[in-house]
Amino acid sequence: MAEIRLENVGHSYDGGTTFALNPITLTWEDGNAIALLGPSGCGKTTLLNIISGLLTPSVGRVFFDGVDVTDLDTAKRNVAQVFQFPVLYDTMTVRENLSFPLKNRNVAKDVIAARVDEIAELLGINKYLDIRPQKLRSDLQQLVSLGRGLVRRDVPAILFDEPLTVIDQNFKWTLRGRLKEMHNSTRYTLVYVTHDQTEALTFADDVVVLNQGNIVQTGTASDLFLAPQDEFVGFFIGSPGMNFINASVSDGSVSIGSTLIGTAVAEHPIPNGEVRLGIRPEFLTLSSAGTGTDVKINRVEHRGGYKLIHADGPHGNVVAKLPNDSAFVAGEKAQLVFHPERTYLFRDSKLAGRVSTKGAGQ
Amino acid sequence: MKTRNNRAWFLVLPVILVVAFTALLPLMTVANYAIQDVFNPQSRIFVGMKWFYQITNDQLIISAFRRSFQFSIQALLIQIPLGIAIARIMPKSGWKASAALVAVAVPLIIPWNVIGSTWLIFSRSDIGLGGFLLNKLFNFDFTSDPKDGWGLILTVDVWHWTPLVVLLVYAGLRSIPEAYYQAAAIDGASSFAIFKYVELPKLRRVLLIAVLLRFMDSFMIYTEPFVITGGGPGDATTFASILLTNIAVGQFDVGRAGAYSLIFFIVIQIMSFLFYTVLTLQDREEVTKTK
Repeated sequence: MAEIRLENVGHSYDGGTTFALNPITLTWEDGNAIALLGPSGCGKTTLLNIISGLLTPSVGRVFFDGVDVTDLDTAKRNVAQVFQFPVLYDTMTVRENLSFPLKNRNVAKDVIAARVDEIAELLGINKYLDIRPQKLRSDLQQLVSLGRGLVRRDVPAILFDEPLTVIDQNFKWTLRGRLKEMHNSTRYTLVYVTHDQTEALTFADDVVVLNQGNIVQTGTASDLFLAPQDEFVGFFIGSPGMNFINASVSDGSVSIGSTLIGTAVAEHPIPNGEVRLGIRPEFLTLSSAGTGTDVKINRVEHRGGYKLIHADGPHGNVVAKLPNDSAFVAGEKAQLVFHPERTYLFRDSKLAGRVSTKGAGQ
Repeated sequence: MKTRNNRAWFLVLPVILVVAFTALLPLMTVANYAIQDVFNPQSRIFVGMKWFYQITNDQLIISAFRRSFQFSIQALLIQIPLGIAIARIMPKSGWKASAALVAVAVPLIIPWNVIGSTWLIFSRSDIGLGGFLLNKLFNFDFTSDPKDGWGLILTVDVWHWTPLVVLLVYAGLRSIPEAYYQAAAIDGASSFAIFKYVELPKLRRVLLIAVLLRFMDSFMIYTEPFVITGGGPGDATTFASILLTNIAVGQFDVGRAGAYSLIFFIVIQIMSFLFYTVLTLQDREEVTKTK
């Protein structure tokens, strides 16, 4: 267990022409669960492999508890890593698989036996210890790989590279729960790579959102949901993602087309010009009052507990998440109602401020 | 119930015809010879199983078979480990990998009798570079010392066919996902442990093919001893196939040669079957257990 610090760490696979991971600096506290979230090819696995030492970064230094480990190889760094699909030794039993990392480090036999039993108990795989992992279902196999990651007590961190990809949807919940439990009882530093926001948000204390080799935002699940700092975060987090509407700012007033919708609230006044107004479907409602920004309802989706209303307007198409009793039907005209606190303004895809609708006639 | 249209079997007919004319009919000709004593094309007599009984008591033939077995076992014991060792140290990617593959494959694309002639000249103690040096150092002479003759043929076979093992193993190694090596690095596995627990288990099927191919080919070895030693010195390199040719073409004893051929054929079938059964034993145990 250790604090992990990256200083100006970046990586290029083609000798510096393009960076898969642009140089970043960050610190993760000891004992935290961190998720690296982003679409395929955003550099999250690269970052993970740099931490585990499978990859030497093109630039920058990696520190575990203040000690520079950049030049240490994977075995010496002693981190544990669990891969996307179960990586197991076919000719060994489950017990031998779990013992393997300890055996390679010359741990005493009785210590290994006790530790393997403990881990098998924790993961609920103790009844499979004496069979070969090939005979197990893939989710149990992945538990065995996971166990191989957990078996060493002295690891600075356990790294997960999309470990639930092969797992059946129903079992994902169970496994995610077990991981969370395991983390609560052991307080290992966990780094978890995923492209699944639900996984990242339920699992981690801190979520790091990556896009095209850059960190776009770091924060808790609610930070990312309620206060996205970047259009990408708004769009990527949430289901469906944030709505974006073209708007303009003029002397502190925000308008969509010619309709004034409120005043801009920002730390630094927003210069006049085009902006993008971002609002999550959860905070967008529709009215049929007749004043405000007009949209035409295109499609109504029944999603069980709520309805998704897809509506098209001249300044952008939007989705609103409304309760089941809302009576809007496709083809109808309606007006947008913006949440007074949760309507944001973005310029050059960065957060610029928010819109206060108080006092503005809608 | 669906009605089955059995006319689809006619589609198999071309294959049956091709196999019949290329394999079954020639084999039946051999079987036909095997139960007759043929004096000349006009006069022959039916002798039943006589040749078969005779062959099982023929010391010349039995020792030729024993020599072939010994040769195959030795060839396998050298070529399989050597092939694995070479494949493991070959470059993994880039132009170096291509260069290494081409270099390794060279012996496989040289005609067999050219290989024989090349080695024959190379190994002669009077004019061959290798033979001359070895003769000066160890008194090597494959034309008079049975051990030297045997060793030379074995060396030629190793030189000629280890590349096949290398190529198969190399392909097998490249198909192991990188994650297995990464996991082994994470687990702190030594290079030997990686070989034993990651590579060897994943190479099992490829090695099965390599062992089968190498067994069959080395058991049937003909061209190299024919060109280089002619089966000698004495009968040191008179392998089963050399003796067969002597009987069939040299002595024109087609009846005995026919029976010999069938026995040869069946021995190879049985040995290949045994190898296959033993090497896949583990797979089948696993299948039955999971059922």
